Amino acid sequence: MPKDSGIGASSKRREDVRFLTGAGNYTDDINIRGQAYVHFLRSDVAHGKINGIDTNAAEAMPGVVRIFTGKDFEGIGGLPCGWQVTDRHGEVMQEPPHPVLAQGKVRHVGDPIAAVVADTAEQARDAVEAIEVDLEELPAVINMKEALKEGATKVHDDLTSNLCYDWGFVEENKGAVEEAIQNAAHVTTLELVNNRLVANPMEPRVAVGDFERGTGNSTLYTTSQNPHVIRLLMGAFVLGIPEHKLRVVAPDVGGGFGTKIFHYAEEAFCTFAAKAINRPVKWTSSRSEAFISDAHGRDHVTKIELALDADNNFTAVRTETHANMGAYLSTFAPSVPTWLHGVLMAGNYKTPNIYVNVKAVFTNTVPVDAYRGAGRPEATYQLERVIDKAARELGVDPIALRRQNFITEFPYDTPVAVTYDTGDYGATMDKLEEMADIAGFAERRRQSEAKGKLRGLGINCYIEACGIAPSNLVGQLGARAGLYESATVRVNATGGLVVMTGSHSHGQGHETAFPQVIAEMIGIDESMIEIVHGDTANTPMGMGTYGSRSLAVGGSAMVRAAEKVINKAKKIAAHLMEASDADIELKDGAFSVAGTDKSVAWGDVCLAAYVPHNYPLEDLEPGLEETAFYDPSNFTYPSGAYACEVEVDPDTGKVTIERMMAADDFGNVVNPMIVSGQVHGGLAQGIGQALLENCVYDENGQLLSASYMDYAMPRASDLPNFEVDHSCATPCTHNPLGVKGCGEAGAIGSPPSVVNAVIDALNSGGKDVPHIDMPMSPARVWAAMNRASATGHGTAEGRSLGGASG
Amino acid sequence: MTSVKMTVNGKSVSGEVEGRTLLVSFLREQAGLTGTHVGCDTSQCGACLVHVNGDAVKSCTMLALEAEGADVATIEGQANADGSLNVIQQAFQDHHGLQCGFCTPGMVMSAAALLKENPKPSESEIRNYLQGNICRCTGYHNIVKAVLAASGQDVGAIAAE
Ligand code: FES
Ligand code: FES
Repeated sequence: MPKDSGIGASSKRREDVRFLTGAGNYTDDINIRGQAYVHFLRSDVAHGKINGIDTNAAEAMPGVVRIFTGKDFEGIGGLPCGWQVTDRHGEVMQEPPHPVLAQGKVRHVGDPIAAVVADTAEQARDAVEAIEVDLEELPAVINMKEALKEGATKVHDDLTSNLCYDWGFVEENKGAVEEAIQNAAHVTTLELVNNRLVANPMEPRVAVGDFERGTGNSTLYTTSQNPHVIRLLMGAFVLGIPEHKLRVVAPDVGGGFGTKIFHYAEEAFCTFAAKAINRPVKWTSSRSEAFISDAHGRDHVTKIELALDADNNFTAVRTETHANMGAYLSTFAPSVPTWLHGVLMAGNYKTPNIYVNVKAVFTNTVPVDAYRGAGRPEATYQLERVIDKAARELGVDPIALRRQNFITEFPYDTPVAVTYDTGDYGATMDKLEEMADIAGFAERRRQSEAKGKLRGLGINCYIEACGIAPSNLVGQLGARAGLYESATVRVNATGGLVVMTGSHSHGQGHETAFPQVIAEMIGIDESMIEIVHGDTANTPMGMGTYGSRSLAVGGSAMVRAAEKVINKAKKIAAHLMEASDADIELKDGAFSVAGTDKSVAWGDVCLAAYVPHNYPLEDLEPGLEETAFYDPSNFTYPSGAYACEVEVDPDTGKVTIERMMAADDFGNVVNPMIVSGQVHGGLAQGIGQALLENCVYDENGQLLSASYMDYAMPRASDLPNFEVDHSCATPCTHNPLGVKGCGEAGAIGSPPSVVNAVIDALNSGGKDVPHIDMPMSPARVWAAMNRASATGHGTAEGRSLGGASG
Repeated sequence: MTSVKMTVNGKSVSGEVEGRTLLVSFLREQAGLTGTHVGCDTSQCGACLVHVNGDAVKSCTMLALEAEGADVATIEGQANADGSLNVIQQAFQDHHGLQCGFCTPGMVMSAAALLKENPKPSESEIRNYLQGNICRCTGYHNIVKAVLAASGQDVGAIAAE
């Protein structure tokens, strides 16, 4: 019987009611009396020198309050980077300044040059058009390999080159890996592109800055996944506002997917300008602006080699990746191709020797940072593609090859520095084989062929590391922040609870799922529990929501705080019942004394805490409110097996997803309905990457895919129904809930299975195509098929670097 | 500035607008109905979808002045008279057809227009009709399921949860 409340129940989401009735409170719905509006003048060239800015005409336009340029920000901090990577030679990465408004140079299309603040948004926009900028266009570097050549144009004149870092991991393993590859019975090599993407949460970014003259307090309302992080970064590093004079509020946020983690110039601008003009200042991004100012994702170009012995055991993996950083270092950019990518290169396999090299490169493009999965999709994609290619080269079953190499004993220390606590990769593969009805595939293929279509089946596994922490470890790895989470549980006198969490919900349903945990712990109704999040003024310092960490880290903090509350409540109950607190049990919302029929209700204990007439005041403070900070001892390691079945039209190259299946191990699950929804959304983004989405620059650095006319977002008609399962559960061993995190799995696990399926389909039609880069558009698939028949080998395109070429 | 007057969710609303003011801006900024959202500037996403004289219209593609005298319905007017969720809204909640909620008002208004036109749409008819509404969160699976359920059809064929 499925439960109808508490942990494991598919409780309906309470937040839905406001979203379904138009009563949500998103940042753009916030208007403060007297507010002015800002519009940014952005660079329309990828690289240029600013010789002068003439704002005279613009200043005379109706409604203009003030025009800001880089000069107004001289002496003010730039946008900080939150992670420092040390390269393979022990040198720290090159870290260029990132000004709020351009200082002397622009470095990507969309780089903000000036900002007009006016009475209305329309007036601000009109006045921007009247600003004259004397901009001398310079040659731009877009292609990563070109950017690293001797004598290439430099994105930052003050840096020695466009190389941000050259990272080797684990450097000491390099020799052993080389040797294993030399001695291998078979080596499969694959070069591939992990295409550049734009996260595209449906709500564009918005910032409203406010300054209260009477108190000197600043407030920023912003579309953020982590308001405390923004308060710390913007307050301490950019504007010099102490945290106690700065409040950051992230109200209802319309999706994030990583891109709303980072601290952006527009947030700092609105906070700064509100004080400067003594009026609230609001910025609402248009979608077109979002394409050239939101951090992009992925954009890796990789060569991977997989070595196998004569029995098809994996003996070594070596990878070389070029990772695009864009023109500046976004908040967590350096960590994505390194610590979120390299440490996952063991995947689900017991490969003994692994070496990962990553060259991070500056180019004249929008900064690139974490997007759903961040580093882990890139790791999974290359590994699961090269394994599939190896299986094809060796003529062995791709599932059997994977199974043979699975890690089966836990805990498992990988050669890339992490320890997997639990997992059962055989179980998720068994489950997947059952869901995918692999036995019936031959018949389905026959039916497709009867219609003139090619049918392919692709499978893959994945592992991810999420619930990112512990702080002392990430500190050694270069993180400039802690990665704990916090919660305050405040019990009211009448027994209801408020949980103030540092996690933030922007679609994940915390307002529903978190109360399920507390309800289970105390045995009270979920409706007695309220979740408060998103406002630094009323929640404890938290690190926010990303990396599938909310329940694993934030939920664990909440459990710890609730445990403290329960322990104290037991003492109060013991006093009320004149028993020893060791004998008190809490069940179904009542405290009882073991072995007796004495009991006292939860509500009565809460009341006693706040009306302490009969109360052990000498031993216990009144009140019932506790805070906990939880810093996990390890990452969590969700894993799973995915399968995709496609049909390919051999005449047009069009790929249709016929079936998409996901068998995940998320450990314990609090709300299965929400978890399935998270997987669905991830699958759609993964399929989008595999078939549709591509962020494309031309060689001059113009963004060609700069609106929904050119950037192909997955639509309802592009996707199938999904079959998802999370019944294989090996609970995490080191957090109190045994949960692992589910937010990114779908986006990590699905791209390789889609590509594997297409390659399988083409090969079944006699086309010897070893690889096609994503997105597998009809044009690319058609070209691969036809070039394959002509030349016997085929990848659709030359390696598109820096997103260049379609 | 020109004055404009229309009926929104059964109430008369008027205001002064510029010629270029879009219907969506009028609804959000002047009528105070912020349930209608703006997700793009190329008429692609459908977050702004409302009904004008009974037809589904992306309110970012229409000038406020063009709606002079029109009967406009937005998400704020969709609940039942007693404030409870209507059949479509309830189906979205029951089947988890929303996550961040940003696309949701447009989705619900679009689904309502579909069901008026085609009371028992097939799964593929739903997917085709909703092409003009982008959702980045749900992968559409549960939206399709919610629309099927709202039309009184069996959703058993679509995987549980
Ligand atoms: S805002 Fe109207 S279609 Fe996107
Ligand atoms: S629910 Fe977030 S965009 Fe649809």
